[in-house]
Amino acid sequence: MSEILVLVEHVEGQVKKVTLELLTLARKLGTPAAVWTGAGYSPEAQARLAEYGAEKIYVADSAEVSDYVVAPKAELLAHLVGEKAPVAVLVAATAEAKEIAGRLAIKIDSGVLTDVVGIEDGLVADQSIFGGGINVRSRVTKGIPIVAVRPNATPVEAAAGAGTEEHVTFTVSDAAKGARIVERVKEEKGARPELTEAAIVVSGGRGVGSAEKFSIIEELADSLGAAVGASRAATDAGWYPHQFQVGQTGKTVSPQLYIAAGISGAIQHRAGMQTAKTIVAINKDPEAPIFELADYGVVGDLHQIVPQLTEEITKRK
Amino acid sequence: MNIVVCVKQVPDTATERKLRSDDNTLDRDAADGVINELCEYAVEEALRLKEAHGGEVTVLTMGPAKASDTIRKALAMGADKAVHLVDDALHGSDALGTSHALAQTLKKIGFDLVVLGSESTDARTGVLAAMLAERLGVPQLTFANQVQVDKGAISIQRVTDYGYDKVEASLPAVVSVVEKINEPRYPSFKGIMAAKKKPVEKLGVADAEIDASQVGLANSWSEVAEFAVAPPRAAGTVVKDEGDGGVKAADFLASKKFV
Ligand SMILES: Cc1cc2nc3c(=O)[nH]c(=O)nc-3n(C[C@H](O)[C@H](O)[C@H](O)COP(=O)(O)OP(=O)(O)OC[C@H]3O[C@@H](n4cnc5c(N)ncnc54)[C@H](O)[C@@H]3O)c2cc1C
Ligand SMILES: Nc1ncnc2c1ncn2[C@@H]1O[C@H](COP(=O)(O)O)[C@@H](O)[C@H]1O
Repeated sequence: MSEILVLVEHVEGQVKKVTLELLTLARKLGTPAAVWTGAGYSPEAQARLAEYGAEKIYVADSAEVSDYVVAPKAELLAHLVGEKAPVAVLVAATAEAKEIAGRLAIKIDSGVLTDVVGIEDGLVADQSIFGGGINVRSRVTKGIPIVAVRPNATPVEAAAGAGTEEHVTFTVSDAAKGARIVERVKEEKGARPELTEAAIVVSGGRGVGSAEKFSIIEELADSLGAAVGASRAATDAGWYPHQFQVGQTGKTVSPQLYIAAGISGAIQHRAGMQTAKTIVAINKDPEAPIFELADYGVVGDLHQIVPQLTEEITKRK
Repeated sequence: MNIVVCVKQVPDTATERKLRSDDNTLDRDAADGVINELCEYAVEEALRLKEAHGGEVTVLTMGPAKASDTIRKALAMGADKAVHLVDDALHGSDALGTSHALAQTLKKIGFDLVVLGSESTDARTGVLAAMLAERLGVPQLTFANQVQVDKGAISIQRVTDYGYDKVEASLPAVVSVVEKINEPRYPSFKGIMAAKKKPVEKLGVADAEIDASQVGLANSWSEVAEFAVAPPRAAGTVVKDEGDGGVKAADFLASKKFV
C-alpha cells in the first residue's frame, strides 16, 4: 500500500496526542510513515509512533531544521515527497503546521485543505466552517493532497506498526534560512494539557471579574484535568494570557467537554468552541446566548457555583 | 521604507454567512462586507512603521468591486495609496491561486516589507503570509505580536503555543500580525475626507502579469464537493442556581461520565 506522510508534532521529544490521531487516521488511508523534525528523537518516541501504526519513521533531527521559521520543514517534506511518492501528507491543524503545509503546497504544486475534521475514502475531507454553521466536504483536485487535521477530531486507537527508522540526510538550503529563531521564550503554563489537545476545557470570561479570580477557573480545570481557556474580553482585560483565547481570533477547540463560565457566547467566541461534544454554561443572565448551545446550563453567580462544582468533583473522585 | 499591506474584505461575522448553491463558493453578496479584523491591525502596524522610519504605505486588496469600501477604510486610517486587484477571472481562487495573484502583483509594484493579518475570518486558513514568503523567496516573519525594524534588519516576536520565538531577518520580508500587537486607530473625519482623493489603481489579471491558468475557481487545487447547514444543537437543560448549582452541574457531569 502507498505511504501517507504524517508530520510529527512533539514538545521536546514528547509526541503530542494529535500525532497519534493522525497516525490512526492515516492507517485508514494507506501505510503511515511518520516524519520527525528537530531535536529530541528517542527510542521512546520511536516506540510511541510504532504503537499507533507508524510503519516507517523518517528522522531529520538536526537542529538546523528547527532553527528557522517554517521554511526548512516545508523543504524537508518536499524532499520526502519527491523521494517516497506518498499518496497524501497529513499535518496537524496548528498555526505552524498549517504554514508548513502552505509552503509545501507551492513547492510540490498540490492542493491543501486546512482545519479538516475527518477524512473519508477517496481522500474526501470534512470541514466545519463559519464557526460550525456549515459542514463542507472538499477534496484536493491537483497533486498530492496535503491535509491539516484538527486536534481532537479523531479518536485514537493503537495498532502496532513496524516503526522502522530511516535517517534522512538533508541539508537546509540557504533560501530557507531567511528567518532565524534566535531565542525561544517559554511562558509558564504549569502541568495543564495544551488547549487545543485537551479533552476538557474550562473557560472564563468577563464574568470572572479579575485576574486573581481566574484562580477559581484554574481550580475547576485542575479538578477535571482540563485546560484553561478565556474569552477575548478576559484576555483583552489582561486577566489571562492571549494564547489561551478561544474563538475566531484565538484557538479553535473541540474537546469532549467545554465549560464556559461568565461568557456570554458571542458569535466570535462560539466560532472557537461550537464543535465541542458537550457544553456546560454558567452565567447569571438567563438570556445569555451561550445557553442556546449548552447541553447543561446553570443560571447564577459563577463565584458561588464554580467553587462548589470544584469541591463536588474533588469529593466524588 | 516601501510597505505594502494586504487587506481583505470579508463578510461581517455578525451576519449569517452562506455559500453559493451554484458553485459552492462564499456568497459575498449575502452578507455585508467589512475589513477583516486582523487586517486592521496590519494596517495599523504598517502606519506605525512608516511613522517611525518614513516611507509609504500601499494597500493591496484582491476582491470584487465592492471591496473598494474596505480599501477606503484602510486609506482613511492613513495609508497613502492602494492597488485593487479586481477581475472576474479571480473569482473562486483558493489559497494557492490567491497567493500567486498577490505575489505577482507585489513583484510588479515592489516592496521592502509586506504586512498581512495572520488569519481571515472567512477562509481562516492562516497560510497566506507563509505562501507569499515562499513565492517571493523572502523571509517569513509570521504571527508577530511585536515588530522592530532597524535599517535593513527586522525582528519580531512570533507567538507560539508555549510563549514566543524571537526571530531575526533582513528586508525585504513578509510579516503577519496577531491582534495583540497594537490597537488600530479609528479614521478621523479628516482621514475619511482625504481618503476620497487618494489614488486607487485597479489592476486585472493581465495588468499584474498573473498566469490565468493559476487562478479562478476552475483552476483551483481543491474543490468544495458539497455542503450542508449544520443541524442545530439539541436544546439542553437550564437550571437556576438555588444554592446547589455546583452540585447539580456535578451531577450532570457524572451522568456523562466526566467525573
Ligand atoms: C472580529 C472579532 C473577533 C473576535 N474574536 C473573538 C475571539 O476569538 N474570542 C472571543 O471570546 N471573543 C472574540 N470577539 C469578541 C466577542 O464579540 C465578545 O465581545 C467576547 O467574546 C465577549 O466575551 P465575554 O463573553 O467574556 O464577555 P461579555 O459578552 O461581556 O459576557 C460576560 C458574561 O458574563 C456574565 N456574568 C457576569 N458576571 C457574572 C457572574 N458573577 N456569574 C456568572 N455570570 C456572570 C454576564 O451575564 C455575561 O453574559 C471578537 C470580536 C470581533 C469583532
Ligand atoms: N483577497 C485578498 N486580498 C488581499 N489580502 C488578502 C486576501 N486574502 C487574504 N489576504 C491576506 O492574508 C491574510 C490571511 O488570510 P487567510 O490566509 O485567508 O486566513 C489576511 O489577513 C490578509 O492580510
